[in-house]
Amino acid sequence: MDHLLTYLIFFPLAGMLAVLCVPSSQPKLIKQVAAAFTVPPLLLAGWLFVVFDRTQAGFQFVEKYSWIPSFKVHYFVGVDGISITMVLLTALLSFLCIFASWGIEKAVKGYFALFLLLDAAMMGVFVALDFVLFYIFWELMLLPMYFLIGIWGGPRREYAAIKFFLYTMAGSVLMLLAMLALYFIHPDPNMHTFDMTQLIAYGSQGVYSVAFQRIVWVALFIGFAIKIPAFPFHTWLPDAHVEAPTAISVILAGVLLKMGTYGILRINYAMLPNATSEMAYYLLGALGAFNIVYGALCAMAQTDLKKLVAYSSISHMGYVMLGMASFTQQGIDGAVLQMFNHGTVTAMLFLLVGVIYDRAHHREINGFGGLASIMPMYTGVTAVAFFAALGLPGFSAFISEVLVLLGAWEKYPGLTAIGASAVILTAGYMLWTMQRVFLGKANEKYIQLPDISRMELFTLAPLTVIVVVLGVYPKLAIDLITVSLGELLKGL
Amino acid sequence: MDLGNFDSLGYILPELILVGTIITVLLADLFVDDKDRLGEIALAGTALALFGLAMVNGNQPGWLFSRMIVHDPFAVFFKMVFGLSALAAIWMSLGSVEVRGMNRGEYYGLLLSSVLGTFFMASAANLLMAYLSLEFVSITSYVLTGYLRHNRRSGEAALKYLIYGGVASGAMIYGMSWIFGLAGTMDFAGINEALRQGEPNKLALLIGIVLTLAGLGYKIAAVPFHMWAPDVYQGAPLPITAFLSVGSKAGGFALWIRIFYPALSQPAGGGNWEFIAGVDWPQVVLVLSMVTMTLGNFTALSQRNLKRLLAYSSIAHAGYMLMAFVVLNNEGLVAMMFYIVAYYLMNIGAFLAVMIVANQTGSEDIDTFRGLAWRGGVAPAVAMTVFLVSLIGLPPMVGFIGKLYLFAAVVKQQFYFLATVGVLNSLVSAFYYFRIIRTMFLDQPQGNEAPLSVSWHNGALLYGLSVATIVFGIYWEPVIGLAARSLRFFVGPV
Repeated sequence: MDHLLTYLIFFPLAGMLAVLCVPSSQPKLIKQVAAAFTVPPLLLAGWLFVVFDRTQAGFQFVEKYSWIPSFKVHYFVGVDGISITMVLLTALLSFLCIFASWGIEKAVKGYFALFLLLDAAMMGVFVALDFVLFYIFWELMLLPMYFLIGIWGGPRREYAAIKFFLYTMAGSVLMLLAMLALYFIHPDPNMHTFDMTQLIAYGSQGVYSVAFQRIVWVALFIGFAIKIPAFPFHTWLPDAHVEAPTAISVILAGVLLKMGTYGILRINYAMLPNATSEMAYYLLGALGAFNIVYGALCAMAQTDLKKLVAYSSISHMGYVMLGMASFTQQGIDGAVLQMFNHGTVTAMLFLLVGVIYDRAHHREINGFGGLASIMPMYTGVTAVAFFAALGLPGFSAFISEVLVLLGAWEKYPGLTAIGASAVILTAGYMLWTMQRVFLGKANEKYIQLPDISRMELFTLAPLTVIVVVLGVYPKLAIDLITVSLGELLKGL
Repeated sequence: MDLGNFDSLGYILPELILVGTIITVLLADLFVDDKDRLGEIALAGTALALFGLAMVNGNQPGWLFSRMIVHDPFAVFFKMVFGLSALAAIWMSLGSVEVRGMNRGEYYGLLLSSVLGTFFMASAANLLMAYLSLEFVSITSYVLTGYLRHNRRSGEAALKYLIYGGVASGAMIYGMSWIFGLAGTMDFAGINEALRQGEPNKLALLIGIVLTLAGLGYKIAAVPFHMWAPDVYQGAPLPITAFLSVGSKAGGFALWIRIFYPALSQPAGGGNWEFIAGVDWPQVVLVLSMVTMTLGNFTALSQRNLKRLLAYSSIAHAGYMLMAFVVLNNEGLVAMMFYIVAYYLMNIGAFLAVMIVANQTGSEDIDTFRGLAWRGGVAPAVAMTVFLVSLIGLPPMVGFIGKLYLFAAVVKQQFYFLATVGVLNSLVSAFYYFRIIRTMFLDQPQGNEAPLSVSWHNGALLYGLSVATIVFGIYWEPVIGLAARSLRFFVGPV
């Protein structure tokens, strides 16, 4: 199909315009219109999954149109193994989060319009192959997120929103300079380009000096590390995740965090190979292992359920970093697979936290107890999510974590040992939380709590299915990514 | 082409139309009762002048009025910007409650005179003309600033402006006299020739240039000549503030380019310009640019009055635009010209939004914006957000594209430190612009404010400017093409 990727980006934009045209007095209609406009991208994503050529390493469904000829900026989109899982994840989560947002009462029109704009921007980031286009979509995410957290969030939403915004913007301005540096550094002015495929080619041809690569690598890395989030640039995450409304937390954790590692793979790894080989051990490997342990320890200390899940996100993203640093096919396959798996598992976790928050209006772990007897179905789904998160075999996260650890073991046994030991910590806090919230004597206050509703189950079901299926038959996902990643590794 | 006085008249059709409009407005003031008509006459006259500009656009470039002014694409571009600023200022004046209480005949007359002065600033070809046009704009601006007769702040602002402007232009004419002394002529082409052929004393030339910079820096409100800007922007009536911040500033930049590029430097091929070795004025501008950006942004952080905050933000934006002068090549100038158009859109828009709220509440403090989105002012709040995001320099607004081009020009010449200071300043500016956005959207209204009403008049301009900000942020090729094509100076018969 022609223009598949353009449709993926512009359906949500069209949806935003449609939502803006619906009168504010009809919130139900607004929600239905918004949902309707996320269905085509989901179907297109499914189609993409079917027709994607798994044997080809290069970009597929490429569209390139001249946009600003005088500055050599093109509308250039394409998808390859690195980005396809992210495209699928974005389409799925956007669709599910519309339903997770069904309970929004305040300023419904604004919420869904901003959400659809965010959706379009996220999709654009993953498919953009022109650096200016990539940058525009990247920055375009910031404003809707600010409002979505700041208006519809929790008690400390203003602080969380501005913190998120300024932190991310700080990283992006460094990315802007790096982008311009990459454009102008080529000695031949005719070869100046924003085209990422060209820049990747220059990188492999050795056009950039090592000193230049190092500086640009670090500048870009800071921007991406803020997103991952890597310690010590992670302090925005607990605030933003906790204060954001449920659906936005899902999007934040499920998709936005992956943009950091995606950026590193697409830009740092591909375009700056020498610097990557030098810096990956410290800045990705060691930092990743630290993330894993740090996130797990912080999660263990939390009493707020949502904050616990937020810190567990930091921990799981550490596996991605560690896998990326290993420079082995298994490690990097595991890393990209973990990006997808973490997206689905964390999405489930945040949705589940949202369920209990909607009912009890607090998230204190110690404030609950014995929910298993009050809300059995909810407990069942949560159990699946928790066990998936801690990497139990049979669920997808196990596969990706194992691949990462196997891949990293060859290169960095020390870091791998640290990472593997954190599995115990993860199991520790997950099971302990399970015990405190669900097991034991039923808390009198919540005897009357209704069980999980059908709409909530509807948002959780697809994710559960994916988590289980990929846990048993991961080939479905690994096939998509492995060839492109192999190509990426060859350059390093 | 070197024309005398009578032959040149055909080439200054826009200026003649403006003069005609001024006279018509002043005369009509005697006969017309509904003073809004005067504004409409002024509006029509300015539109006609822009139309006249389009007509003279195709004329052959050359000297006019015995080499006093010049007609070339560069002048036409800036005259277009000034004309649009005037249109916006007059439109805003028609919708402003403040202006309603004034003597409007002279008000519009003075405003149009100021615009006329800026037209001559853009086409000056002689030091004397440069000075005269700058003074013309300044003096009319002084009066317009103090126009709110019973407002103490307005009077104070006008006096400060007058004194400051007097000192600055005194310094400038002194510097110009040194340049005249070294070159032997006031004509730009002649100066260029003399400086190239002769062996001017480098120190004397540098002093002359730095003193001339005083006057030009004052006009664009660059540090350390910026002290007048916050008080003047706060005290003047809002439409005048909007015009000062865009039209007058653009005039300063146009004159700066006129003096420094065709007059003092010579093209060195490949779009670069070179200056006499040993007189390193770009270094001076580099320091000025960094200091201006930083001071403007950091001082704006603590402002509570929106006009004052936007004044400091104007100072900061002048700093960004000054970056373009450091690189000494055409790309920087094109980036600067693009930025002026982008700046026009977003700054007028921001002042318009402030005016819409001030019209109803009478206050320009940030607290009047509290919960604007929740008390019937969603449209102004969203539009203000568009303008503020553009001022920060975020996609998909035109302000981002402007900054992109400026930073590209700077990075290309490997001024990495300057570029880093620039982007970090953008980040700092996000703090205070976002404070306004937060107040509009995230804070709840106090409860006793009336719902905001926006006249169709102001609403139309607001809508137009915000749409333009977004559209040009997505597809900016026409504007950058226009700027690139307009960067052609007439420096003499080749």
